[in-house]
Amino acid sequence: MRTVQAVAWKEIQIYFSSPTAYIVAMIFLALASFFFVRDLSNPFPQASMSSFFQGATIILILLAPTLTMRLLAEEQKLGTIELLLTSPVRDWEVVLGKYIASLVFLLGTIVLTLYFVLLLIIFADPDPGPIWAGYLGLILYGAAALSIGLLTSTLTSNQIVAAVVAMGILLVLYFTDFAAATLTGLPATIVNEIGLKSHFDDFERGVIDTKHIAYYLLLTSFFVFLSIRALESRRWR
Amino acid sequence: MVIQDSKSLMIQATGLTHYYGPYAAIEDVNFGVERGEVLGFLGPNGAGKTTTMRILTGYMPPTRGKVTLDDFDIVEQSLEVRRKVGYLPETVPLYTDMPVNSYLKYMGTLRQMPPKDIKRRISEVIDVCRLGDYRSTLIGKLSKGFRQRVGIAQAILHEPEVLVLDEPTIGIDPIQVVETRRLIQELGREQTVVLSTHILPEVSMICDRVLIISEGKIVAEDTPDNLAERLKGSEQMEVEIGGPVSQVLPALRALKGVASASHRSNHGKEIYTIQANEGQDLRDEISRTVIGGGWSLLSMQTMGMSLEEIFLKLTTHEEL
Repeated sequence: MRTVQAVAWKEIQIYFSSPTAYIVAMIFLALASFFFVRDLSNPFPQASMSSFFQGATIILILLAPTLTMRLLAEEQKLGTIELLLTSPVRDWEVVLGKYIASLVFLLGTIVLTLYFVLLLIIFADPDPGPIWAGYLGLILYGAAALSIGLLTSTLTSNQIVAAVVAMGILLVLYFTDFAAATLTGLPATIVNEIGLKSHFDDFERGVIDTKHIAYYLLLTSFFVFLSIRALESRRWR
Repeated sequence: MVIQDSKSLMIQATGLTHYYGPYAAIEDVNFGVERGEVLGFLGPNGAGKTTTMRILTGYMPPTRGKVTLDDFDIVEQSLEVRRKVGYLPETVPLYTDMPVNSYLKYMGTLRQMPPKDIKRRISEVIDVCRLGDYRSTLIGKLSKGFRQRVGIAQAILHEPEVLVLDEPTIGIDPIQVVETRRLIQELGREQTVVLSTHILPEVSMICDRVLIISEGKIVAEDTPDNLAERLKGSEQMEVEIGGPVSQVLPALRALKGVASASHRSNHGKEIYTIQANEGQDLRDEISRTVIGGGWSLLSMQTMGMSLEEIFLKLTTHEEL
């Protein structure tokens, strides 16, 4: 566990010593506030975070992969992976440490948006249910998005390729409802259930359904597991 | 190739083979390294040195064959093996956006050193590798030579029983090369060191034993001195003799055991180069002949074949 911690801590330090992370956080917050203001600047303003959550899911498709693209791709490019994999560290410890670092950074960024909630509480009387449920959903959604970026970063030494492929996968998973609409019966249900977005909507309405929680946790563990396997396979390739 | 009591051996490799696709980088390589020995892998680029190093450090498993390090199997007990090995890869890959200090601390934690030891050892290796002024400099800002030192510092940080150094002096300036070699020699007194190089003088300077590797196969194995001795084949001598060339040269050529003799003048000195047949020591014969002829014997020198020549001879043998 100490090595997981060491790997995670090192990655977090690198996030803060490079401009990428600040840019990602800044763009996330700027776009998020744009979506947040949308609900308030109506002729009939609502004390709700609904637009913010909807917007955040789209922003994360672009920003989560930029947080994860460096994680293992850079090690492979620089060759530092050679020293990492010849240290007495298990592959899963490396992958988990890196993943935790990206998750911590994302959580930090999401925490900064609590400023919006504070504004609502001060100036209005928002319904707390949808807000806290929405945050839970957003964190689960973000965790899943990061795990997909983690996998693509493990598979290539090119950071751009890692990011673009992850964005592609996320977009496909986001827009499954379009595909589901052209299908009927069981296939439609399956395609819809795979989708990232269809599981998010309930949270933002204030409904916490274990089905959705299980979906995100399963998806995240699946991609983290694949990343570990992908790293292990490097030894045999 | 090496038949010794396996207990005294630190590393024992048998039938080591590695394929990249259909191409064999190394084929049926066998060797053993004794505890405290400094073993050098010598070979041209692409001979399979890096592949061998990577297998030894557990970076990748061999396609076939078995390696044990301190009786731990390199594939089955990879973690134990990796705990005992310090490794300096060929290109010295480092995190360029980390300061030297944090980098060493990170590597120490990865090697599961207790925090107290990490602190102590960092200041020790910083001293040994003379990185004192660069503790908090970003690695990316260091020159190639200093990065090399950081690479060595991380390799010895956890006081590994075995040090694997892949081309440790490549790409650094001559003064640093000398320093690096001295450092390796010092380390070799206590640790088992396996290093690879394509620079011949380096091997005779640092190593107790040399394996010459070419096209994925070991073509020779011995101490640097023995190797030179064994491969002399024919011995060459340079003799300076005072006397008429027209008489001396035929007399030398007539000697038994002389394969060839030639003459050249060098600033008034008459120098004869004599090639003896294999294993023959002609010094006695020559001096008697010279004195007997009434000439004067001014100097006599044996010219051993340099490692460079041996190396060329060995590694180009198959093409000839």
